[in-house]
This record gives sequence, structure tokens and C-alpha cells, in this order.
Amino acid sequence: MTGSIAIIGSGPAGFYAAEALLNSGEALCVDIFERLPVPFGLVRYGVAPDHQKLKRVTAVFETVAAHPDFSFIGNVTAGRDVSFEELGAAYDAVILATGAISDRKLGIPGESLPGSHSATEFVSWYNGHPEFRDHSFDLSHPCAAIIGNGNVALDVCRILAKTPEDLASSDICDHALKVLSDSCITDIVVAGRRGPLQASFSIRELREFAAIPGVEAVFDPAEIDEASASPDEMDAAARMLTILKGFSHPDEPRKAARRVHFRFLLSPSRIEGEGRAERVVLSRCKLEGEAFARRAVATEAETELSAGLVLRSVGYRGTPLPGVPFDDAKGVIPSREGRVIDRDGETVSGLYTAGWIRRGPSGIIGTNRECAAETAEAVLADLRADRLTRDPSLRSRLLSRLQTGAAQTVNLAGWHRIDQMEQTVGAAQGKPREKITSVAEMLAAAAVNMPEPALP
Amino acid sequence: MTHVVTENCAGCRFTDCVSVCPVNCFHGDGERLYIDPVLCIDCGACIPKCPVKAIVEDIDILGSPMIELNEEKSAILPVITAKQEPLPGAEARRDALLAEGAA
Ligand SMILES: Cc1cc2nc3c(=O)[nH]c(=O)nc-3n(C[C@H](O)[C@H](O)[C@H](O)COP(=O)(O)OP(=O)(O)OC[C@H]3O[C@@H](n4cnc5c(N)ncnc54)[C@H](O)[C@@H]3O)c2cc1C
Ligand SMILES: NC(=O)c1ccc[n+]([C@@H]2O[C@H](COP(=O)([O-])OP(=O)(O)OC[C@H]3O[C@@H](n4cnc5c(N)ncnc54)[C@H](OP(=O)(O)O)[C@@H]3O)[C@@H](O)[C@H]2O)c1
Ligand code: SF4
Ligand code: SF4
Repeated sequence: MTGSIAIIGSGPAGFYAAEALLNSGEALCVDIFERLPVPFGLVRYGVAPDHQKLKRVTAVFETVAAHPDFSFIGNVTAGRDVSFEELGAAYDAVILATGAISDRKLGIPGESLPGSHSATEFVSWYNGHPEFRDHSFDLSHPCAAIIGNGNVALDVCRILAKTPEDLASSDICDHALKVLSDSCITDIVVAGRRGPLQASFSIRELREFAAIPGVEAVFDPAEIDEASASPDEMDAAARMLTILKGFSHPDEPRKAARRVHFRFLLSPSRIEGEGRAERVVLSRCKLEGEAFARRAVATEAETELSAGLVLRSVGYRGTPLPGVPFDDAKGVIPSREGRVIDRDGETVSGLYTAGWIRRGPSGIIGTNRECAAETAEAVLADLRADRLTRDPSLRSRLLSRLQTGAAQTVNLAGWHRIDQMEQTVGAAQGKPREKITSVAEMLAAAAVNMPEPALP
Repeated sequence: MTHVVTENCAGCRFTDCVSVCPVNCFHGDGERLYIDPVLCIDCGACIPKCPVKAIVEDIDILGSPMIELNEEKSAILPVITAKQEPLPGAEARRDALLAEGAA
């Protein structure tokens, strides 16, 4: 069996789909199209810069990319530079792995005041995403509030809390490090609408807060609603509670320049201020519903938090692709076992999906491996059943149109030149890399050969 | 830091853990699996996947010979990259472990 497969998006889902297809033993060629000149999606632009160990997963992606039947075609936006009809005609199968980079809103008054941002925007900014590089964040107010209790909330909190010295050895972008170095923030509140037993962040991420130099984590055990929790819920959260109880009590005198306050049962109802965010008003919540499925229900009682920076970290959201079915309520491409389905539940021939745009914005890097492997299985089954047909010359025509077109494309060698340049510049500053943050500069770096490194 | 497969895996080997490992760092023989501490990126994806709670972080079992055993065995045993059929009797063993409260 032979075949050619286009994968849209070069994040974990795209690369793991490619891995499964290229390891299938069939004679397949796989082309990954990426909107940006550089690969790896949220591993580059989401995963926190101070979590370098996780970024080592890119070595696995580079191994996949080294396969002779793999191509990377960067700086091509599917649906704009190439239509899905064209892709569908040129390939036996098209796998949509475009992720979920957009943010969810709270839908409360004051949300669009200056000083109120999504965590998505802040993350993309400090990680140097070209579309967010020029955003600005005002860190002149001593208090910041983070809404939400997921791992992303903890990521943005850590970046705000860590000292510039601590961050300097990460691959945080220089523009962000400069702004963070001048930060006046002394207190950061992380507010969850449910209780500590329902927090969505992981134990490993919370534990990190016990030992960040210059940072004191604070928690009031009175916020554990033990009376209404079931013994099973208490058991399941035991380790989380041990870590939280190990933090300082809010009444203790301050021990560090920056304090991170873990607060619970608080749901934001409005953001207020004169022309910019100055405070968040939150409703006290009570929990309702069954064990392990408790909901936060706002009560009349309100709490006010002073905050000049409000980051909502309440989840990412997928965006629709032109001409591709989309479930607007869930923000995903509807599918069955990885096969895209239309409004009537019929499979769309030759169209597949994997990763966050298939499942929604949850799950860690490895979750996408299992997900993409299932999608690849569906592709292979359909190819073997010979359900898919195409004209092979269309793929070469499409690729040469893109390569000779007005817009420059970036291949694997081009990415490696960008990568090399970033690492060389980073090494000079004692960092793993200094990311190039504009598309034009990435394209320039991809096009030219690297100058020889200067001799010491 | 690394993640470690403990003795609960022996005789069970559902290999659900393998399908979510982003860096292919599980190695194994006919009996059980081991994690390569050099490759493991501590992402934690495997922990909730294991039906018998065989995977732990090394800091939770400091001093246990399991840590070295994973290191030694993963260096010599072949890498397991895809989910395999569980060993015969795996279901019964899981139920027994769950009843014991060990898992
Ligand atoms: C802030 C943050 C931190 C995280 N930290 C961790 C962590 O520490 N550990 C962990 O295991 N997981 C972490 N995750 C989760 C992990 O990043 C995701 O599970 C994973 O990246 C999802 O993979 P994906 O391939 O579906 O999407 P993505 O990684 O988003 O990749 C999608 C790719 O598609 C491209 N694309 C989009 N539209 C088009 C188009 N029209 N044409 C061409 N290309 C397109 C995008 O540019 C992008 O490169 C984090 C997530 C976030 C948001
Ligand atoms: N280091 C890591 O492993 C790492 C790092 C970053 C991200 N990730 C992964 O990436 C995925 C996305 O992370 P995430 O943090 O964006 O998502 P998440 O885990 O789903 O967290 C979203 C949080 O927002 C809250 N929320 C939603 N709507 C709200 C509202 N209207 N008001 C107040 N709070 C609201 C949720 O509370 P409720 O629970 O009450 O709904 C939840 O606490 C997760 O799977 C995460 O594990 C992993
Ligand atoms: S899932 Fe658990 S029991 Fe099964 S192979 Fe993995 S570590 Fe062993
Ligand atoms: S923690 Fe992550 S990298 Fe380590 S073995 Fe588990 S899944 Fe693999």
C-alpha cells in the first residue's frame, strides 16, 4: 500500500500522527503544514520556559522529522495559502491537528479593561509567539490576580512570581524578561471557583511552589470545606491538601518579597477601575452536586481583591477552519475515532483530526500521542480498505506552487538553521535559546546559511 | 528526578502507560516494565493510566532499590513503544491488588 498524507499543524498531535503513520510499515509519505515558520506548536509556545526538561520531547519530534518520507512545510496557513479542497484532492488523507490557541472569556463586566488579559495572551507573549510579541503588560501595581485553577494558571503564576535571576537561565524571551525584571508585583492571588479538592492543577506543579527562591506560598486551611466533602474526595485530594497545608498561613508575617495566595471558592463577578483594572470583585461560592462532580454556585457574599493585572486562565478554545465542520459549543472539529463527521454525523471522506482541536483543550503532551495514534489507525484502515483515491500528480503540483509562490516556505533544513541561530544567540547569554520572535526574521534566518560562530 | 515502575507491574503489564509516554522511555521483558531515567521528562502522563498504580515519582520512594532497578533494566531491555496484550491473569491480579488496597 502507498499513500500520501497531509497533516495540518506541527504540534504534538501532528508529530505523533506522523510517527504512527511512518512506523506503520506501509510506504507512506507525510507532509506537515505549519502556519508558522517553526514547528512544535504549544511545546514551543505553551510549555513554560522554566520547564526545560519537558521541551526535550522535541528530540522525539526531530527523530520523526528525520524520516526520509517526512516533509515539514512551514509558513503555510491551511485554509488561506492552500484550500482544504486543494489539499483533499492532492492527498489520500488530510489530518487536522491545528490545536486550540484561542482563549475563553469570563463574560463579566470590566473584562476588556486595560490590565485584564487572558493567560493565553500572556503565555504567548513571554514565549515569543510572533503574533503576541508586541503585546504589553503593566506590572506596576503591587497586586495581580489569576482566575482559574488549572496548570496554565500555575505556569503564569510562576513566571510572575520568580525572580529575574531565577528566570534568566530559562528560554523566556528577552523582551519578557526585561518587563518582568521591572515588575512591582509583591502579591499574586490564584483564585479558584471551586475548593482545593476540586482544583484542576497537578500535584507536581503545586509542589513546585513550596521551593521557589524569593517566593512564599500562602494558604488558609479554613478554605477546605471538610464538612461537605465525602471521605473518598478527601482521600483523593490527600496529597494536594498536604502540600497546601505546608504553605504559610495568611496571618503569619511575610517571609519573602513575593507572596502567592492560593484562594478558593471565589468566582469573579466583575473587574473594576478608573480606565484600567484596579480590582476584581469575586462572589463567595458554595459547592453543590454529587461527590467528584461538585459545581460552584455563587452566593450573595462578595470579596474584593486589589489587582492591577488580572489574568483569566479559564481554558483555551479551538477556532473553526474554513469549509471544515465545527462544533461551536465545544470548540472542536466533530469526529468519530479520528474521522471528521459533518452535521448529520456522516464521515467526511479523507478528513481526519487529532489533538486539542479534536478533543478540546485538555490533556498533556503524551495524551496527544494516544489520540493521534488512534487517528493514524483510522487513516491506515481506510487506506487499506482502499476507500481513498487521488491523482498523485496533484501533490507535486501543489508543493511546487507553494515553493515557487510569493510567500517563502520553510523546510526542515530551514527550521534547523533557525534553531541553530536561536541556540547560538541563547548560549551567549547562558540560556538554552533566544527565540526569534518575528516571522520576517525567522524567514531570513531560514534562508541564509549560519555564519561561522566567532572564535573566542 | 524521574518516574519509576514498581513491583505492582509484575505479572500485569497492561501497558496502557506506554501509549501516552511522549518520549518512548518504557523498556520491558515478559514480566514487567521499567522506565529509562535518562529519557523520562517527568511529564506524569503515565501515572493515571496505570490500572494498578505501579508508577511513582522517585521522590516518593527515596532509597528504594526500585530506582536503581529501573535504571539498570531499562539500559538492557528493549524499548516498548505500543500497547500490548496484557499478560494472562492480569485482570485477576488487578482486582486482587485493588481489593488489598495496594493499588
Ligand atoms: C500554557 C500551556 C502550557 C502547557 N504545559 C504543558 C506541560 O508542561 N506539559 C505537558 O505535557 N503539556 C503541557 N501543555 C499541553 C500541551 O501543550 C498540549 O497538550 C499539546 O500541545 C496539544 O497539541 P496539539 O498538537 O493538539 O496542538 P498545538 O500544540 O497547539 O499545535 C497546533 C499547531 O497547529 C498550527 N496551526 C494552527 N492552525 C493552522 C493552520 N490553519 N495551518 C497550519 N498550521 C496551523 C499551530 O501554529 C500549531 O503549531 C501546555 C499547554 C498550554 C496551553
Ligand atoms: N505542567 C503541566 O503538566 C501542564 C502545564 C500547563 C498545561 N497543562 C495542561 O493543559 C491543559 C489546559 O490547561 P488549563 O489550565 O488551561 O485548563 P484546565 O485544567 O481545564 O483549567 C481551567 C480552570 O479554569 C476554571 N474555570 C473555567 N471557567 C471558569 C469561570 N467562568 N470562572 C472561574 N473559573 C473558571 C476551571 O474551574 P472548574 O474546574 O471549576 O471548571 C479550571 O480550574 C490541561 O490539561 C493541563 O493539565 C499541563
Ligand atoms: S500500565 Fe502499569 S501495570 Fe501496566 S505495564 Fe504500565 S506500569 Fe505496568
Ligand atoms: S513521566 Fe512521562 S516521560 Fe516519564 S515515563 Fe511517564 S509518560 Fe514517560
